[in-house]
Amino acid sequence: MSSIVDRSPGAVTADTPRRAAGPTIDVHAARLVFGSSVLFDALDLSLAGGQWTCILGPSGVGKSSLIRIVAGLERGAAGTRIAARDGRDLDGRIAWMAQQDLLFPWARLAANVAIGARLRASSSGDHGASLARARALLAEVGLGAYADAYPATCSGGMRQRAAIARTLFEDRPIVLMDEPFSALDAVTRLRLQELAAAMLAGRTVLLVTHDPLEALRLGHRIHVMAGRPARLGAPLEPAGTPPRDPGDPALLALQAELLGRLRAADDQT
Amino acid sequence: MKRSLRLAAVAAGLLGLWHMIVVVAALPHFILPTPVRVFAALIAQAELIAGHALVTLAEIVAGLIIGTLLGALGALSLAHFRPARQWLLPVVVVSQAIPVFAIAPILVLWLGYGMGSKIAMAIIIIFFPVTTAFYDGLRRTDPGWIDLATTMNATRRAMLLRVRLPAAMPALASGIRVAAAVAPIGAVVGEWVGSSAGLGYLMLHANARLQIDVMFAALLVLAVFALAVYFLVDAFLRRLVHWQPVTLFARDQEDT
Repeated sequence: MSSIVDRSPGAVTADTPRRAAGPTIDVHAARLVFGSSVLFDALDLSLAGGQWTCILGPSGVGKSSLIRIVAGLERGAAGTRIAARDGRDLDGRIAWMAQQDLLFPWARLAANVAIGARLRASSSGDHGASLARARALLAEVGLGAYADAYPATCSGGMRQRAAIARTLFEDRPIVLMDEPFSALDAVTRLRLQELAAAMLAGRTVLLVTHDPLEALRLGHRIHVMAGRPARLGAPLEPAGTPPRDPGDPALLALQAELLGRLRAADDQT
Repeated sequence: MKRSLRLAAVAAGLLGLWHMIVVVAALPHFILPTPVRVFAALIAQAELIAGHALVTLAEIVAGLIIGTLLGALGALSLAHFRPARQWLLPVVVVSQAIPVFAIAPILVLWLGYGMGSKIAMAIIIIFFPVTTAFYDGLRRTDPGWIDLATTMNATRRAMLLRVRLPAAMPALASGIRVAAAVAPIGAVVGEWVGSSAGLGYLMLHANARLQIDVMFAALLVLAVFALAVYFLVDAFLRRLVHWQPVTLFARDQEDT
């Protein structure tokens, strides 16, 4: 909790790049058991500071559970250790994005973006400032004209943009994304990948996805998670800086390789 | 506009049918008066009926407001405090096992012949649907929203008041709709058991003196009140949860 208090919301404005430089995170000996089945055991993962780490894998392999454990939404079994290399507590430094936009239907977009301040605040004294910041962030993701709209009147792409703005509002150095773009159409997905890559630059990002191309566009490191108990494959590190061009032949070749790995992983389970 | 036209057509049809039955069966007016007779009585006794009607309306409205507030508070306590769940929930359930009709005389005995006992009756009838519907809504918040608020380090209080509470508003609205429909029952039952004013009292009184037309006039006013209260509450609730999408028969709403 303390780590969010010392970051004043006013310090971030639209023109200063938000560089809440992300720390490196180590997940060590992660273990998760559902009933009698061991989803994963002794699983190690490092999230390089300020970079995107992507995890691909077949459904049900435990990707979502892993990201939920890092988010603190689920507890790993005894022995699971998650720590930041900078030695500070992770609590209050993690933002979360899910496949559903999770916007509150009763609140306008601006209020949705600023919801974190409301949920933490003991008093709502500076809510005007929060809303102004939320509006600025909505403008940055291209929704400036829709700050007063209700989510129900927005398209899926607009709603997920608003969710990105909400994640930015949280201004946390670590961002966990659980298939954030999987419900969108192909073009909207490409646009939002570019938006997310630009907006979240400098943060430590963990992205779980089904889509090899998405991982290749955005990831500095890509792991394939497979098996039961699940293991992480050696990381693939595509050249160039994200967001990479989806038409790049080298990228497409890698996509073919990744699909091959995923198919092998699927046969394994 | 079309909706009120349809309502008027249905009402006119029912009144016509009523009149026909009386004429065809040649019923004496002390068994079933014609609608014309009832309207005549309504006009002739307008002052008397209006006086009693205001009493009943006040009972219904007071019961509805207090009952809804208590029910909502009850549900919030159930959702927020574990001891409340352990101790209050059984009480709420048991309270419904006792028929309201059975405790009406006791309420009149304790709270007197005035409005107090009738309001209490309405509150007892209303409390249960409001509490259970709202509590259910508070418990069934989308887990995704809870996850999101958790990662945002939401306080327990904010989680309840800013996530669970608004998310449960549609459920609360359903509970209040039921409450609006049953509130008149509570008030009138109380008046039947013992009172000196109100439409229920007037109906019993007129019935005993074979003024069946006055009885029907009072009944008519009561029905109109019940409908008005329900539709006003419904309109208010629709505005309150305007964000809730209507997916079933959504197109029926378009021409109203």
